[in-house]
Amino acid sequence: MDSTAQTTVALLLHTADELEAPPLTLRQLFWRRFRRHRMALFGVVLLLLLVVYSFGGPLVFSEAYANATDTSLRLRAPSAEHPFGTDAVGRDILARTIYGGQISLMIGLLAMLVEVVIGITIGALAGYFGGLIDSLLMRFTEAWLNIPALFLLLIMARYFGGRIPNITLLNRTFSGSVVVIILIIGVTSWMYLARIVRAEFLSTKEEEFILAAKATGTPHWEIIVRHILPNATAPIVVSATLSVANAILLESYISFLGLGVQPPTATWGNMLERVASNEIIQNAPWMWAFPGSLIVLTVLSINFIGDGLRDALDPRSRAV
Amino acid sequence: MTRYIIRRLLQAIPLLFFISIVAFVLMMNMGDPVATMGGRRAIRPQDRERLTRQLGLDKPIAVQYLYWLAGNDWDKLDLDGDGVAETPGRRKGVLRGDFGTSLVHRGKPAMAVIWDRIPNTLLLMIPAEIVIIGGALLVGIYSALRQYSALDHVITAITFVGYSMPIFFIALLSMYIFAVLFRRWGLPYLPTVGMFDASVGKTPLQVTWHMVLPVFSIATISMAGYSRYIRSTMLEVLSQDYVRTAKSKGLPRREVVFVHALKNASLPIVTLVGLDLPLLLGGALVTESIFAWPGMGRLFLDHLQRADVSVVMGILLITSVAVIVFQLITDVVYAWLDPRIRYD
Repeated sequence: MDSTAQTTVALLLHTADELEAPPLTLRQLFWRRFRRHRMALFGVVLLLLLVVYSFGGPLVFSEAYANATDTSLRLRAPSAEHPFGTDAVGRDILARTIYGGQISLMIGLLAMLVEVVIGITIGALAGYFGGLIDSLLMRFTEAWLNIPALFLLLIMARYFGGRIPNITLLNRTFSGSVVVIILIIGVTSWMYLARIVRAEFLSTKEEEFILAAKATGTPHWEIIVRHILPNATAPIVVSATLSVANAILLESYISFLGLGVQPPTATWGNMLERVASNEIIQNAPWMWAFPGSLIVLTVLSINFIGDGLRDALDPRSRAV
Repeated sequence: MTRYIIRRLLQAIPLLFFISIVAFVLMMNMGDPVATMGGRRAIRPQDRERLTRQLGLDKPIAVQYLYWLAGNDWDKLDLDGDGVAETPGRRKGVLRGDFGTSLVHRGKPAMAVIWDRIPNTLLLMIPAEIVIIGGALLVGIYSALRQYSALDHVITAITFVGYSMPIFFIALLSMYIFAVLFRRWGLPYLPTVGMFDASVGKTPLQVTWHMVLPVFSIATISMAGYSRYIRSTMLEVLSQDYVRTAKSKGLPRREVVFVHALKNASLPIVTLVGLDLPLLLGGALVTESIFAWPGMGRLFLDHLQRADVSVVMGILLITSVAVIVFQLITDVVYAWLDPRIRYD
């Protein structure tokens, strides 16, 4: 009786037009809400442009050119030959921002994956099993939250820095420090995600379909992975998107402070290392302006997308 | 409430143990403390051996941690390397307030080294926090009251950019504009490095003048996020029944907004301020390093690079304790402000 009344009210609220149209699929609903968020669409376009810039640029400049030093060309202002100028050892900044962009974007994406794996594992175990496991894991999470992240990151960057040999992939050599940075960023930023996942698990595991799954003897891991986790997709996707931006920012901080990815591998962050010297601040603003702006644009576009995803996927949560 | 506070404090103990063990293990495998002690001179092998014994680096790491934590004055050490432990240790350990001695500053207690720098960091962080809260309230309330106006959209865009900006970028940008360009244009320009001009001396005016850019950089980044937050909580509160009641009984708009609505909207801000301390400390670290501000963050960086274990560990523990205490204060204040919240 009650539900019939609700349906009637719901029907009355719709116009005749909408009633005739076939019901929207989840994907259509998502797209309809996402499309309305103009900033998010702008973010998608901007991010695509940045990806094209970083991964299409190598067609124009070779990596050897990006890493070639020529001290006679030190700190040249932007010109036709070097549109973004040259750095303190005469490398072309335009070419370096292209190759640096690849690494920075990759670090953002891979660190996010590390973070998601750790965050989901800890959050799911804590939320699903509860009790002692929950309180132990949550104390552990709090411990990580209580260490100021940047301080710990720097200690870890210094500890692991230089311990991993260079990696050769697709005929290119990457500094081993890239792997170090990815891992330590992932390891120091999973806590919020773990809390979100735990909260979702706590509420979903009380649902009747979980009881049904248990009653039919479904093993624990299958309930976790196949029955509860898909219900937590929305907040995970939103949080993961925003953490790509966060990882790119963190990489730039560590590299800016000189403990990040080691040269000759360029990243937007390590191009900014040592730019706070008097000489560069006074005379060579192009050295930090271009890589710095690219970091801002990337982080901005990802934040826009994250915001749009939150509105579209997870309308209950409040944007901060 | 008392029980809650006690429980939280007890929980903090294993937490600090955990933090200190992780950091200690990382620190002990990093760099070469003996080389740091020697400074620029090369060290003779026999000196190296002696210093290694003196610093206790020949002991297993668990023993080193124990000495760091509980001191070694109850134990005898073998300093001359003849296999007989005869010299009593002198360290008291962190548990008794002895953080060891700094390697870079040749035997000066680590706590004294850190303590020298803490006022400078606070000098940046307290004004920054005031600017952040004041500015964010102003911007947030304005855009909540004028939701979807042209200026609200502009503010939203700016806050997003501010939120996405690494702190060093805004620092470099403001340095370039307010110091380099202003100077070039013949305008009064701001100083960029240090706490005071050596030729003038450390006068309050000089220090304030040097504080402008770092405080501006720290504040801009956090203000962006805060004002977004205030905007959304304010919007939520403004649509509530009691606000409508206040309006309909004819209270002036100003009173409704600033007394009735703001009071409840500002509650979550307390949490935000409390939880953001680690972020603010990180921001201070970067800012201090750019502006050559002699604070704790820069001390951390300098001494991390030279493997000065006592100082780095001291800073890490102090900041962790500060974070824990701040979170506890936040919880208590929050419960006090909002009687609906009960912790027990």
